[in-house]
Amino acid sequence: MSDPVKSVVVIEDEAQIRRFVRTALEAEGWRVFEAGGVKQGLVEAGTRRPDMVILDLGLPDGDGVDFLRDLRTWSSVPVIVLSARSDESDKIGALDAGADDYLTKPFGVGELLARVRVAQRRMQSADGRDPVFRFGEVSVDLAARVVSKAGIAVHLTPIEYRLLACLITNAGKVLTHRQLLLDVWGPSHVESSHYLRIYMSQLRQKLEDDPTQPKHLLTETAVGFRLVA
Amino acid sequence: MPTHRDNRPNPDSLLQRVQREAAQAERGRLRIYFGSSAGVGKTFAMLATARKLQSEGREVLVGVVETHGRSETAALVEGLPLLPQKQIEYRGNMLSEFDLDAALAARPSLILVDELAHSNVPGSRHPKRWQDVEELLAAGIDVFTTLNVQHLESLNDVVGGITGIRVNETLPDTFFDSADEVVLVDVPADELLARLKAGKVYLGTKAEQAAQNFFRKGNLMALRELALRRTANRIEDEVQAYRSDQAIAGVWKTEAALLCGVGPDAGAEHVVRSAARLANQLNVAWHAAYVETPALQRRSEAARERILRTLKLAQELGATTTVLTAHNGAEGLIGYARSRNLSKLVIGRSGRVRQWPWVRRLHEQIASQATDIDILEIGRGAAGRAEALDAGATQDSTPGRTQMRDEAMRIRPYRYALSAAVCMLTTLLLTPLRHYLDQANIVMLFLMMVALVAVKIGRGPAVLAAFLCVGAFDFFFVSPRLSFAVADVQYLVTFVVMLAVGLIIGQMTASLRFQASAALSREGRSRALFEFAREMSTVLEVPTLIDMAQTAVAREFHAEAALLVIDAHSQLQLSNAAVDIGTAQWAFDRNLPAGLGTDTLPGSPFLYLPLKTSMRTRGVLAVKPVNPRFLMIPEQRRQLETFGALIAIALERVHYIEVAQEAVLRIESERLRNSLLSALSHDLRTPLSVLYGLAETLPLTAPPLSDAQRAVADAIQIEAKRMGALVNNLLDMARIQSGDIHLNLQWQPIEEVVGTSLAATKTSLASHNIETQMAAGLPLVRYDAVLIERVLCNLLENAAKYTPAGSTLRVIAAPDGSMLKVCVADNGPGLPAGQEEAIFEKFARGEKESDKPGVGLGLAICRAIVSAHGGRIRAAPASTTGATFCFTLPLGEPPQVPEEMDSSSENAQ
Repeated sequence: MSDPVKSVVVIEDEAQIRRFVRTALEAEGWRVFEAGGVKQGLVEAGTRRPDMVILDLGLPDGDGVDFLRDLRTWSSVPVIVLSARSDESDKIGALDAGADDYLTKPFGVGELLARVRVAQRRMQSADGRDPVFRFGEVSVDLAARVVSKAGIAVHLTPIEYRLLACLITNAGKVLTHRQLLLDVWGPSHVESSHYLRIYMSQLRQKLEDDPTQPKHLLTETAVGFRLVA
Repeated sequence: MPTHRDNRPNPDSLLQRVQREAAQAERGRLRIYFGSSAGVGKTFAMLATARKLQSEGREVLVGVVETHGRSETAALVEGLPLLPQKQIEYRGNMLSEFDLDAALAARPSLILVDELAHSNVPGSRHPKRWQDVEELLAAGIDVFTTLNVQHLESLNDVVGGITGIRVNETLPDTFFDSADEVVLVDVPADELLARLKAGKVYLGTKAEQAAQNFFRKGNLMALRELALRRTANRIEDEVQAYRSDQAIAGVWKTEAALLCGVGPDAGAEHVVRSAARLANQLNVAWHAAYVETPALQRRSEAARERILRTLKLAQELGATTTVLTAHNGAEGLIGYARSRNLSKLVIGRSGRVRQWPWVRRLHEQIASQATDIDILEIGRGAAGRAEALDAGATQDSTPGRTQMRDEAMRIRPYRYALSAAVCMLTTLLLTPLRHYLDQANIVMLFLMMVALVAVKIGRGPAVLAAFLCVGAFDFFFVSPRLSFAVADVQYLVTFVVMLAVGLIIGQMTASLRFQASAALSREGRSRALFEFAREMSTVLEVPTLIDMAQTAVAREFHAEAALLVIDAHSQLQLSNAAVDIGTAQWAFDRNLPAGLGTDTLPGSPFLYLPLKTSMRTRGVLAVKPVNPRFLMIPEQRRQLETFGALIAIALERVHYIEVAQEAVLRIESERLRNSLLSALSHDLRTPLSVLYGLAETLPLTAPPLSDAQRAVADAIQIEAKRMGALVNNLLDMARIQSGDIHLNLQWQPIEEVVGTSLAATKTSLASHNIETQMAAGLPLVRYDAVLIERVLCNLLENAAKYTPAGSTLRVIAAPDGSMLKVCVADNGPGLPAGQEEAIFEKFARGEKESDKPGVGLGLAICRAIVSAHGGRIRAAPASTTGATFCFTLPLGEPPQVPEEMDSSSENAQ
């Protein structure tokens, strides 16, 4: 990478996890700062101005979600959450509080690095945005509002289009049902997740090769959706 | 013009009808063959109908039929199945009786039970046959039975008046009225007499006797009229019921009701019967009340028992009965009538001649105090007249007086001697003082003595003392002394006043004393109740409660007491061997008192009271009094019932304490389990994450690993991953086992979970071909995405595990009736035959001692998850073309999504 060395803050109370995360990230060329708790994490995040934060949700001195809320008041740095709990509401809470992605323990290093890369790319593309977004054979011209698949124009209803545009804007990021409903349907429909599912399914029918095995419009079970280019 | 409203049936009466029909649906139907006298052919008619029904295929059983040796009737019984009679030994004789238990056990569709008013042999379950019939009906068995008009309770005395013969076997009118059908069997009097002469009714000399006593033409005609009228009344009721069903009548009766004041006199029974007839004719509900005034409290036990009997009779005749306590009769009756909105009051005419001009009779008192209440005064019946005549011989017609005499008899004579002695002593003491004291003062001292006698000794001795004092005063103090002659006429006034004042003082003090002692015993009862209530309110455990209650009841009622309480399975627990568990169970099941002093098994030494609470019956209190009459006293019986109610409340309270404790315990253990599970999940997963991550990052460290080292690192990683999956399964199983799977149900398309499952198992399925077949237009299904994903992942991973590389796995979803069916099929070797069910058991695996990894929890978890969703999972029967696992999810009605207004034909604008 041409940029100066990028830095990441890993906030995790388990030293052994910090250790292998550090090993993996350093192998990718990151500069890693470690923190064992919420307070130290906030100090590190404030002083190091990192390009990425990896945050464990179960910390001894506080809740990871509180850290996120605090962080989001002054920084938009990408945050990947690590969760040992299989309860989906924790992840949704973290995502709604501003996390970009999540991983459930036990997770693989390869998976972690892939998520880190996606989040990083998203940050970069946010700077100089190309009006035409491409995934698979689909290209979406956000300026002209034209969607085509393999060169053939695809007709989308206004809601389908709004949903797609929302996913494209946050490409790579997990969007919770709540976030998507709020964005596309407005605050009065945040509980109507079946709306979202029906339109998502319609989008898949129109844009995916095999809607039952989607490659781009992915479901994050019980949490939300994500667009992967 | 009647408005539309008038034609609408009254909702209350409709509700009554619905309740009536609901009750009748379960009960058997009762048909009564009703006749004016013996010999009209009731049994014959009943048997003829039964034969006809039998030929139509009804299952008919003859419970009991009295042929009275009539050959025609006996011929009809032939061919009908006969229930053997029960043999009961009574005073050395073997008597045969209708066998209720055998009839209940046989459960025929229809049973014939002759002579409804028959009294059972002592020792039977019920004293009356109609109570047996009631039990048969309650068991859902239809009953045909017969009845003569003279056996009807309300007509009993009328018939007695006509024929001069009173029958003891009577049937409550309420039971007669509750019959589903009444068939009148009618024969003109002449024909009946002709039959009697022909020997078709009674045989031989019995026929002659009957003809002389009962079968007189006049009697028969009167009886026939009564039977016809009673039937007509019933039919009128039926018409009324029909009308109210069909809403023919436009006007609905307001709920008027009748109150019958039960007096202490013997004529009260007649008044009660008259009131019952009147209520029946007016078709209104009726109440019977006995007012217990201080004066009436003094009555003997026998008199009080009669009152109780009268009230019981009223209850049998369909009245709501009550005992009121009031200062005087008029007050009590008016208060009760006002509180219940009873506009008509029926009272008996007082038998006694007006004693004093200023004492107003009951009806006069009521009339002046409550001008809005109609009063019906009923003449004294035949019984009352007879008794009056009997009593007249002893010149004492009122039971009250008789009672006073009884009381006087009971007071031992030495009291009178004592009273006389006190008089003599006073006279002796006063004699030397006569020179120093004025005669007026001597009179005063005598009066004081009378008052003291009244207070200390009693009413009778005080009366004696009053007379003796006057005599002594005259004899010893008034000149001429030592003679009853009186010189000055002035003294006559003194004597009269002295006597009157003495008597009045004596009466009043004694009456006060009586009231004080009555108040004392009332207070004693209240205190016992209060103490018992306090004891009961502190109990926390059932065994302590049983002990305390038994002790308290035994102490208070001088009786042996046993408390039978239900256990966790609603079974009565026997605590005392002397108690008959069968009777207790009967009382418990019917929620009715049984045993001593009741209609059911009155011969039992125990009285069984069900302990009712608002929620359910919680047990039975069995009481065996030392003196059975003690419990017949209404106050004692009421006291016992109140004790029962207190015990019931305490039992319920203890029950709820237990329930609350259990709930707290359950919540606590659930909390503990949850925290344990989440701690376990954290503590197991964290080291696994570390192991997995470290093994994965091992090759990234410098210097680079050798191939052998790299292989070890890979192996560690793979095993750590497997271990992770195992831990997940174990934790899931633990959660499911603990019984609380909280489903996060959402309406979502099934292909969504198929997609995520395939993505999650991508690595395991890398060497297999995957096909998906989703039926077109599948609706949304309501499921928990995480859990169903686990089901699909388990099925897919299983399929991958047990099939060779390159096999094809198919995921198929299609509607199947009201369910959505999702199948995972492979073209591998298939399941071993006969294992389709067994593989869903915990720790079951397709092959024993297999080299395939896994503990075999996967399918058990799948089954638990699917059944929590209301679906089923199963393996298709073994076949050589591969294994197929299918599960179903209920389809339901998905919520609607508003159609989008897509006005633009193109999305580009």
